[in-house]
Amino acid sequence: MNDPSTPVRPTAWVGQSIERREDVALLTGTGRYADDLGTRPGTLHAAFLRSPHAHARIKSIDVSRALAHEGVRCVLAGADVRSWARPFVVGVKQPMEHWCIAVDKARYVGEPVAVLVAQDRYIAEDAIDLIHVEYEPIDAIVDSETAIAPDAPVLHEAVGSNVVSNRQFVYGEPDAALDAAPHRVKIKIRYPRNSCTPIETYVVVAEHGSEGDYDVLSNFMGPFSLQAVMALALQVPAAKLRLRTPRDGGGSFGVKQGVFPYIVALCLAARKAQAPVKWVEDRLEHLVASTSSTGRISELEAAVDSNGRISALAYDQLDDCGAYLRAPEPATLYRMHGCLTGAYDIPNLKVRNRVVLTNKTPAGLVRGFGGPQVYFALERLVQRIAVELQLDPLEVYKRNFIGAGDFPFRTAAGALIDSGDYHATLQLAGQRGDLAELVEKRDAARAEGRLYGIGYAAIVEPSISNMGYITTVMTKEARAKAGPKNGAITSATVSIDLLGAVTVSVASVPHGQGHITALSQVAADVFGLNPIDIIVDVELDTRKDAWSVAEGNYSSRFAGAVAGTVHLAACRLRDKLARIAAAQLRCDHADIVFADHKVFARTAPAEALSFPRLASGPHWAPGVLPDGVSPGLQETAIWTPEQLVPPDENDRINTSGTYGFAFDICALEIERDSGKVRIDRYVTAHDAGTLLNPALADGQIRGGFAQALGAALMEEFAYRPDGSFASGTFADYLVPTAVEIPEPVIAHMQTPSPFTPLGAKGIGEGNSMSTPVCIANAIADALGPAVDPQAIELPMTPSRIIELIAPAEQRPQHIAPPPQGDGKHFATSGSVNIAAPVEEIFRVLHDPEQLASLIPGCRKLHVASDNRYIADIALSVGLVNVSFHADISVVDEEPMRRMRLFGKGSGALGAAEGDGRITLTELPDGTRLDYEYKVSLSGKIVAVGARMIESATGVVLKQLFSRLGRVAGHKASGAARWQGLLRLIGLGKPGSQERR
Amino acid sequence: MKRLRHTRHTVAIRLNGIDRTGECEPRTLLSDFLRYELGATGVHVGCEHGVCGACTVTVDGLAQRSCLTLAVVADGREVRTAEGLAPEPGVLSELQAAFRRHHALQCGFCTPGILMSCADFLARVARPSEPDVRQMLSGHLCRCTGYSNIVSAILEVASGNEDSPDA
Repeated sequence: MNDPSTPVRPTAWVGQSIERREDVALLTGTGRYADDLGTRPGTLHAAFLRSPHAHARIKSIDVSRALAHEGVRCVLAGADVRSWARPFVVGVKQPMEHWCIAVDKARYVGEPVAVLVAQDRYIAEDAIDLIHVEYEPIDAIVDSETAIAPDAPVLHEAVGSNVVSNRQFVYGEPDAALDAAPHRVKIKIRYPRNSCTPIETYVVVAEHGSEGDYDVLSNFMGPFSLQAVMALALQVPAAKLRLRTPRDGGGSFGVKQGVFPYIVALCLAARKAQAPVKWVEDRLEHLVASTSSTGRISELEAAVDSNGRISALAYDQLDDCGAYLRAPEPATLYRMHGCLTGAYDIPNLKVRNRVVLTNKTPAGLVRGFGGPQVYFALERLVQRIAVELQLDPLEVYKRNFIGAGDFPFRTAAGALIDSGDYHATLQLAGQRGDLAELVEKRDAARAEGRLYGIGYAAIVEPSISNMGYITTVMTKEARAKAGPKNGAITSATVSIDLLGAVTVSVASVPHGQGHITALSQVAADVFGLNPIDIIVDVELDTRKDAWSVAEGNYSSRFAGAVAGTVHLAACRLRDKLARIAAAQLRCDHADIVFADHKVFARTAPAEALSFPRLASGPHWAPGVLPDGVSPGLQETAIWTPEQLVPPDENDRINTSGTYGFAFDICALEIERDSGKVRIDRYVTAHDAGTLLNPALADGQIRGGFAQALGAALMEEFAYRPDGSFASGTFADYLVPTAVEIPEPVIAHMQTPSPFTPLGAKGIGEGNSMSTPVCIANAIADALGPAVDPQAIELPMTPSRIIELIAPAEQRPQHIAPPPQGDGKHFATSGSVNIAAPVEEIFRVLHDPEQLASLIPGCRKLHVASDNRYIADIALSVGLVNVSFHADISVVDEEPMRRMRLFGKGSGALGAAEGDGRITLTELPDGTRLDYEYKVSLSGKIVAVGARMIESATGVVLKQLFSRLGRVAGHKASGAARWQGLLRLIGLGKPGSQERR
Repeated sequence: MKRLRHTRHTVAIRLNGIDRTGECEPRTLLSDFLRYELGATGVHVGCEHGVCGACTVTVDGLAQRSCLTLAVVADGREVRTAEGLAPEPGVLSELQAAFRRHHALQCGFCTPGILMSCADFLARVARPSEPDVRQMLSGHLCRCTGYSNIVSAILEVASGNEDSPDA
């Protein structure tokens, strides 16, 4: 019998790679994902109207045509939101307003501007096109270094700057160490915006109740601190916002944190519609506007002695959080704060953290959260130290690692790293991965002139985030005023039913990690049962279940916190049963044993009680329980690691409850002709403490590795200089497939955490942190020391690599065609010979009826004022039908010689603006028309296929002017004064040409 | 246009061996028809542009993206989804059992589509090599597993696969 305060280390089921409990349902198509649960009769469906502009004032919204459409119930717009809700609270004190949909200004492409509610999704999506929004575009800011310039356009005028947080930290004596150092090694890195893009998108079903309460089913994954953020925005007490999550989640990786603003928007839409409202996000919406990892620019400098020993680090980190500082941002900067010194014993540290807003989708949780950004700088720096000091990188690691005897180790910035043996893990990786062989291969490949490289990365993997770490962004004075925040509170309930079966309930909101399986192993060990006997309920209902602020599926908190808390609750219930059994078996409760579905006294195993019989008894006969044993068979344990306290007055913060470790080795070859990277071997050695189920742990490693390989080589949310988003499909945002992912060599060390009930640590995010930089280091090694370290920028796509290895004249043409125009616009020009005199061409261009017949796809054109027209245009480009509302002006710049044809339009697929100059030159038999056009596009149209649309625009312009030729020429044929111009020279005659 | 859109059509298919009928508009996607009209929620929709493969079903034995297929096109045809793979209730097919044994799924959202592509693939290719399997799988996006356990599961089934493989 063990006291739960000194928990047993079960050995029977925990530690085994049993098959997953979840799989039968998922393999037979009977999963219960959010979109599978059905809805109440009368449920309506929502579609979002989104801004096509990266930065624009919303001047007016006209919903009349949409409301007139059959099946449409209502449209929620900024005015409703202003009257019913409040902006979301933010983590820094700044006068920023982030509402659930844009109220006066749109600040990123894809920002919701209105929510339309209709009887089905098809109708909602049809009708959304009928809402007319008048925007006044403003210059957009895309690059974070440009955004901090004093003259940059400001996203939030009330803040007065795009820099919304600026904090500096000093630990130890970094300046003295830097001054005294024989070597200073520096690196500057950029970490891109990307996302793990779960295959299941966001799903929300919201209902407004008769008491002003909201009931929401969604695939939100936590952190449940955001429940308070949502309730405050809805202006209801937390208890009046009931959140429910389904059993099965279709992948999250942090990303489903970002559904929370939509939950608020749909609650308000349901309130306006007076009916339940459902929304299933589509992939375009997800890529454009759901969330993104935080982009970062870091400058990092180390003070190093001649042996490669690092005595100080100086970080300057600039985070691009997108258009709004959406909770929990700026947490990307602070999650890693305690372990900015990585796996190393470095006593001196200084940090400057700045947060900048740009016209991009707000950033949020993406697997690794902060880790990929920090380690991309730190581990690239370690590689540079080895190169610059001409040391073996492994020596640099060994000389700087925290010693195996030094745990628990307090880092400079305050993390208490609980356990590990970094030197032994490095050794293990080298052995399992046969590093000696890889080095030989590299030598041989190099002798042949091939580009083969080996990279390393060592990372400390924090798990179980301290809810107080985010307050490090505040000064100690501000923290004192706000009150302390800390801990990682976790709840779990274990109960026994009327027939003696065990149920475990948790608020861990799994998205594929096998929580049901692992928890059934944990509970089975405590009660002497089989995992299959344990029911695990992972559906969460915030009105009924035990939960608190830190709950959710993030910061790799499952194994350490959730499984540990289940263990504690199960032990408490088991101890209660032991007291009941002891009375029946007439022995001391400490001698009771639970094994093989039986309960017996250690000294008399033959007189065993069956577990279900013993365990059901207290329900049926509470009156005969032993003295001191309360009725009921349900225990809820609530646990928080005692080591998680608020930041101290020197800003030192223990950012996480426990810290795992990974050491990776990557060997790869770069194809000289294509710049393509081929991974030869990838080795990843982890220490995540006690492994609950090694197969589940390996699944986390393989999945994290695959996503990280995508981040290293393929994935990036691409924005154009005007803030247009260019990665709106899985054909534009490339994620790895089965042909790109090699099988990694996996090794495990297990040094149990002394701080978690089962000794387990997180393992889900290690490779997100280690792999991108490990691959980058291998690429740097392959390319050799001559390559500018700053040029190693993620993702290392073939086109980026070929830029580094091939001289300009040898670069393959197909890889990176130079963009036309200035980046914001693309330019096209051409010339047409028209068999009509200059005067006639002018006349046609100024005649609304004629103009309407010229503009391809023009359905309707009316005169707004002199030389200004409003037109409805519908074009088919490939499979895409583009219809938009255009405002066209014709301006004579030099009568009969030069004119300007300016048009701007917006529609469901986005906004377009064209500005053209036409020059007419008289020819003996007609007129030559030269045109130069600058066209800019934004919105969906860019996200789903800018290249196709751009070439189509060239075609459309060509059509326009060739029609002009025909119309003007035809007029000439019908009227005496144009008689001389019958000899038509249209487009396609040798005289006409098209330049692009 | 409006009239056409609102015309309801009756579509009759044989779904997993059972004759089923439902109503839809001409523009209704097969994925939506299977999920919301016939209740086959094992059909998952991940991208609605034919890249991710989660919605893959077989129509007359051939793997197809149900998000790129109109429901009316399937009228009179035989459609199979992941719900129809198990030989009997409570028993997994060889392939499903291999997926379970190899931990070839995590969140499981992409899995039904992969199983349906495998059903088609293994019926056509008796002894696929690992590159063959990876090539076939490249029509599916899985964000959880890193694919290698999926490859192992398929290869295991394929290796015990003599004449007429039953996915």
